[in-house]
Amino acid sequence: MDWSSILGNTARAAIGLETVIYALAAIGLNVQFGYAGLLNFGQAAFVAVGAYGIAVTVTVLGLPFWLGVVVGLVAAVLLAVLLGIPTLRLRADYLAIATIAAAEIVRLTVRSATLRDQTGGSSGLSGFAEGFYDLNPFTPGQSYGFGPWVFGARLAWILVVGWVLVAVCCLVVFLLMRSPWGRVLKGIREDEDAVRSLGKNVYAYKMQALVIGGVIGALAGFVFGVGRASVQPDLYGTELTFFVYTVLLLGGAARVLGPVVGAAIFWVALVLIENVLVQAVGAGYVPDWLMSSTQVGQVRFMLVGLALMLLMIFRPQGIFGDRRELAIDAR
Amino acid sequence: MLTTLAAPRALLALVALALLLALAPALPGGGGARADAATPAPSPGASAPTDVEGETITVRVRTADREDVPGAEVTATGAGVDPVSGTTDDGGAVELVVPGTGTYEVTLDVDSLTGPAAGLLPRENPVQRSVASGSANPVIFQLSEDGGASASAGGVSAGQVAQLVANGLRYGLIIALAAIGLSLVFGTTGLTNFAHGELITFGAIATYFLNVGAGVPFLLAAPLAVVLGGVAGYANDRLLWRPLRRRGTGLVAMMIVSIGLALLLRYLFLYVFGGSTQTYAEYQGQRGLDLGLFTLRPIDLISMAVAAVVLVAVGLVLVRTRLGKATRAVSDNPALAAASGIDVNRVILVVWVAGAALAALSGVLLGLAQQVQYQMGFQILLLVFAAVTLGGLGTAFGAMVGALFIGVFLEVSTLVIPTELRNVGALLVLILVLLVRPQGILGRASRIG
Repeated sequence: MDWSSILGNTARAAIGLETVIYALAAIGLNVQFGYAGLLNFGQAAFVAVGAYGIAVTVTVLGLPFWLGVVVGLVAAVLLAVLLGIPTLRLRADYLAIATIAAAEIVRLTVRSATLRDQTGGSSGLSGFAEGFYDLNPFTPGQSYGFGPWVFGARLAWILVVGWVLVAVCCLVVFLLMRSPWGRVLKGIREDEDAVRSLGKNVYAYKMQALVIGGVIGALAGFVFGVGRASVQPDLYGTELTFFVYTVLLLGGAARVLGPVVGAAIFWVALVLIENVLVQAVGAGYVPDWLMSSTQVGQVRFMLVGLALMLLMIFRPQGIFGDRRELAIDAR
Repeated sequence: MLTTLAAPRALLALVALALLLALAPALPGGGGARADAATPAPSPGASAPTDVEGETITVRVRTADREDVPGAEVTATGAGVDPVSGTTDDGGAVELVVPGTGTYEVTLDVDSLTGPAAGLLPRENPVQRSVASGSANPVIFQLSEDGGASASAGGVSAGQVAQLVANGLRYGLIIALAAIGLSLVFGTTGLTNFAHGELITFGAIATYFLNVGAGVPFLLAAPLAVVLGGVAGYANDRLLWRPLRRRGTGLVAMMIVSIGLALLLRYLFLYVFGGSTQTYAEYQGQRGLDLGLFTLRPIDLISMAVAAVVLVAVGLVLVRTRLGKATRAVSDNPALAAASGIDVNRVILVVWVAGAALAALSGVLLGLAQQVQYQMGFQILLLVFAAVTLGGLGTAFGAMVGALFIGVFLEVSTLVIPTELRNVGALLVLILVLLVRPQGILGRASRIG
């Protein structure tokens, strides 16, 4: 067992690309689910819209990169409004079913062969990220960082941008939630009827929360698409949403830094489990009949499912959450 | 609800009538494997071909009238591998051996078509196929004069519609079996169970292991799998959901727990079953029986009959027996039911056992209609949700009607939209129903938002 490589991989995962993507997606979800109590099971669609916004604008329309960012953001706002109109008046469980259906509609549409010329079908699009990497201030071929955290120039650039986005989003959420607007939002989560009886337009507040969360989700999509330099529709399935929920509940919903901490713990745990198991299988500590190295990936996702169940049952406020903050069944 | 016994009885008659209508055309004979021609299910994660052993893509070329087309040249191309070509034999089939699993594009050379097939166009060309190991990986080119895509523009033949309706009813009956359990569990406990799809998969995988793994004949393996499904339902309620209800866990929390359970089970299935697509040992490659307007395989007819009989039986139990009445009473108002002396927990346990057994049966039949795969239940789950929402959450009869509607709608909509987008149509219907009639077709109007 090569512990230095295991620990190095694990340490890199704490601030890696996946951590940034999931942290951003979970910050958006936190606005919707943690603060407003909206059970949005379509966060994957917002991530997809952000990623495809850039990909389609740059590769198919041949427009500059920054315009792709604008297109992605506008598309996320439109999706949130379209999704919100029929669903926001519904009870939580109906909202969940409607949003998960909408997310599948988005995924099935972009992966369809009919739209292959526009969205690349099931194999997706690539070659749209160069506009972003042209802005890279780091010298190609050199590596940056210290200790175990040494990254190539491209990865270092996207990570810096990603973490700046995470910081900005956290700051925005922090400021929003200590404003009167945030207090109304939390009020809606706790008791919608009470807020309504105070003369607030609950529907409008929910819609605003859905839009803000969706836009932050689209930012996650930018990092996802640009970081991999490609988009592939099946990466934006419902499981992405479920993992984002796990991240959020792990760190603690309705906490500004909950999603960030949750994402780091989630990926550190996943990478650690995978590396240890792969090496244990390779070294023969785990018998062949029990687990092959390809089954390691499945085992860690089984553990994700188990963790989600146990978290929700025994510690719904997550690691750093406040139980009083999270009355997710108030309705 | 108990006071309005007449209404469910009328509904039962309606459902029975619908089922009879569904079966009536099927009784004389059987036949078409059009469903097999549908776009192959996407296989997760398989994007670029990975080198393993040689895998086989079975290509069939046939006309819309189901005439096999010999002498057609087809080519499979994948990323990073040399193209593989072949010419169809007298049965209109050819096996292309490709180097490994992954996504391939199968192209039909239209110029190679001769004889009566000359000048015809395939419905989809090229066809993308996720090649799984150990499967026949069927790709079917269906030829017609205008490629079939313009069927909406030109005349739609009655036979075409009848075939789609027959396929849709077959699919709808499978969805209906799964939908009853989901709907009744929601009705009695309020739980939106995202792990219900895994109960469907469980039925198919249990049958596969009994049938192919242990060599049990299918006709014995299938009922055994349904019984095992019931046991799984029992375990579900006794080990997880009843303790959670006793703790007073909220409904949203329970919904998220069910998502965790779904992830756990799905990857457990992947772990023990593998990512490939498999078939049962028996009833493979049956030819369709021509029933005049449409063709269905004999096994499809038997599946549909079994599903219809089971659905009618469930309906009769719900309407006629004390247990059924108790179930509907709990579904209507658990507190009131408990106050009138009904053992609510026992009713819920029965609902779980029966609902899970029905879901397992649905999985068994889905494995016959399509193939067995570790996330088949997850893929159909949203359609089951659509059916349940359409019919009215919590009502068993609504779930049946909604499922048949969704099944037929899915298939018939392919006249207008590409086959690969038919699920999009069904999910749009789901959202539209929520917009205009959130309580569903048969649901009671109540406050849901």
